[in-house]
Amino acid sequence: MSQLQRAALDQQPGQYDQICTRSSSCSSPGPAEGAEPSSCPGHRSRAPRRKWQVFPGRNRFYCDGRIMMARQTGVFYLTLVLILLTSGLFFTFDCPFLAANLTPAIPAVGGVLFLFVMVMLFRASFSDPGVLPRATPDEAADLERQIDSAGCSRPPPRTREVLVHGQTVKLKYCFTCRIFRPPRASHCSLCDNCVERFDHHCPWVGNCVGRRNYRFFYLFILSLSFLTIFIFAFVITHVILRSNRTGFLSALKDSPASVLEVVVCFFSVWSIVGLSGFHTYLISSNQTTNEDIKGSWSTKRGKDNYNPYSYGNVLTNCCAALCGPLPPSLIDRRGLIRSDTPQAATNGTGSSCAPTQLHSHMCDQDQCIQSTKFVLQAAATPLLHSDPVVLAPLPGKTATLGGPCAYLAPSQPSLPSCGGDVMALRDAAADSHCHHRLHHHHHHHHHHHHHHHFVSPEETPCTTPQGALPCPAHLHLHSPVPSPATLYDPAAQDALHEDSVRGLVKLSSV
Amino acid sequence: MQGLVPTATDGNMATEFHNLQELRHSASLANKVFIQRDYTEGTTCKFQTKFPSELESRIERTLFEDTVKTLNNYYAEAEKIGGQSYLEGCLACATAYLIFLCMETRYEKVLKKIAKYIQEQNEKIYAPRGLLITDPIERGMRVIEISIYEDRGSSGSSSGSSSVSGSTAR
Repeated sequence: MSQLQRAALDQQPGQYDQICTRSSSCSSPGPAEGAEPSSCPGHRSRAPRRKWQVFPGRNRFYCDGRIMMARQTGVFYLTLVLILLTSGLFFTFDCPFLAANLTPAIPAVGGVLFLFVMVMLFRASFSDPGVLPRATPDEAADLERQIDSAGCSRPPPRTREVLVHGQTVKLKYCFTCRIFRPPRASHCSLCDNCVERFDHHCPWVGNCVGRRNYRFFYLFILSLSFLTIFIFAFVITHVILRSNRTGFLSALKDSPASVLEVVVCFFSVWSIVGLSGFHTYLISSNQTTNEDIKGSWSTKRGKDNYNPYSYGNVLTNCCAALCGPLPPSLIDRRGLIRSDTPQAATNGTGSSCAPTQLHSHMCDQDQCIQSTKFVLQAAATPLLHSDPVVLAPLPGKTATLGGPCAYLAPSQPSLPSCGGDVMALRDAAADSHCHHRLHHHHHHHHHHHHHHHFVSPEETPCTTPQGALPCPAHLHLHSPVPSPATLYDPAAQDALHEDSVRGLVKLSSV
Repeated sequence: MQGLVPTATDGNMATEFHNLQELRHSASLANKVFIQRDYTEGTTCKFQTKFPSELESRIERTLFEDTVKTLNNYYAEAEKIGGQSYLEGCLACATAYLIFLCMETRYEKVLKKIAKYIQEQNEKIYAPRGLLITDPIERGMRVIEISIYEDRGSSGSSSGSSSVSGSTAR
């Protein structure tokens, strides 16, 4: 078999030139190469869709895919309201008194802390937690083949064992994403995504916490615990200072907001501080909540059980988690969809127009001949439309005329017919021009002569620069020549495109 | 890349469109090989350098291994934890990560390098052999996808053989 392959290779080595090496950018230059966007009206009119619009997970996207959250965001708004309310009350009712009586540094520090908390919360909530894109059909099929051949196709043992730093780790097959989950990844049932280094799904931030937003989450809870303690401490200071002057009860009466703040802070501070303490422990031992709850690396499981991801040093673990490189998002959610159809359209354009190229070459060569025919005809027939303006050889025009028309220009008085021809072309499809020339040039010629009668002398020179275009433009206009009737049928074109792409190079398939 | 617009096959191309059956058949021509991740050194991105048997008739083992090793080095560079990454991380943290609005991370820079490298390798080495590497970032960094293309002219025999070899090799 390999001999056959090799033979095939040897026979046509040049064939592979057609392979597009720029898989991602492949789709875009396709139509561009067709020069005229109007040449393929079928897929141009459709608004481009982005990948988040067809994202398979249960997520919500805002701002055209820039923001990504879980489906249930109710608790996130509660978090937001609690933080905003407490801080808002603190800044409006306590800060003025504290700034005046203690130091203006208090509102400043509080403000900085508050801003940091908000930014971290938004980063944690709105970013991609590290979702692993689902397998492409080809990848899934390949895995399926491997599983089959490995003989473990019975439902339970769809696992694979890998060695990570000497520790055996089981990779489970995810039936939704059709992948073997990488180590530390887990499928979030709420978002229906596999998330890298999955920590937990946090309803408070309204997102999964995973590889990409764990540090934001941690910094959020850490800074929030500082903020809560800060507010709690200074609200109490405020109340004490006031009650020293006016008595406790009147102090509460003067600043009723402080009571609410103290209550909110008192109840939230324990959970927040506890949570940040827990995550500090996790970070220092480089574990995830998921692993800790399951006790994956606990020594209870076995004497020589250890965490293979730990760097063995608390400081390095912390630095790696907080200051390590920030991994990129793997779901290109703002990317444009290169599904079958647009891709098909693209490649179809190239391929279906390929014959056009040939034709256009022919056109080009033939044009000379045919133009000559025009001229001969024009000379032979008693000039029916002997408009002096039309027939007058225009020196300026001859210079600007491109392509085959130019050859004839100086010598022949009927040159303007070429210009007139060209004029008509602006209305008709440029490609049908070529077609007409090839097949109906006699008739066409006369027709255009008629047409030209109505072109005013002022207009004629104006049209020439544009007129110069269509002749050489045929080289670039990759629109199908054969039947002008089907030419503008987008459906037919799409069908063509779709088919052709499947058959063709099958580049960069999703 | 514009060379991929078929020029040599203009003739049969036009006839091919009309036959959907034939197209389906020819679509299955492209076989794909997936190079899986190597997790032995943790979760940093690294790919196995084991040479897939499907590529045996197509490319020299050393060329393939060089490519994968270079890619692995790039990923290691991107995910390296050291002074530079700490500096970047601390700076970013101090500005509440707002600095990344106007600066790209080192990872992104390396990814651009990788994209360029893959493009270059495809043009120089893989495309002439009828192969095409897909940037792992487009496949969730799980696999390096290598597409194997067949000549349409010799579709019947060679496509059959490649898919057979693909499935039996494992």
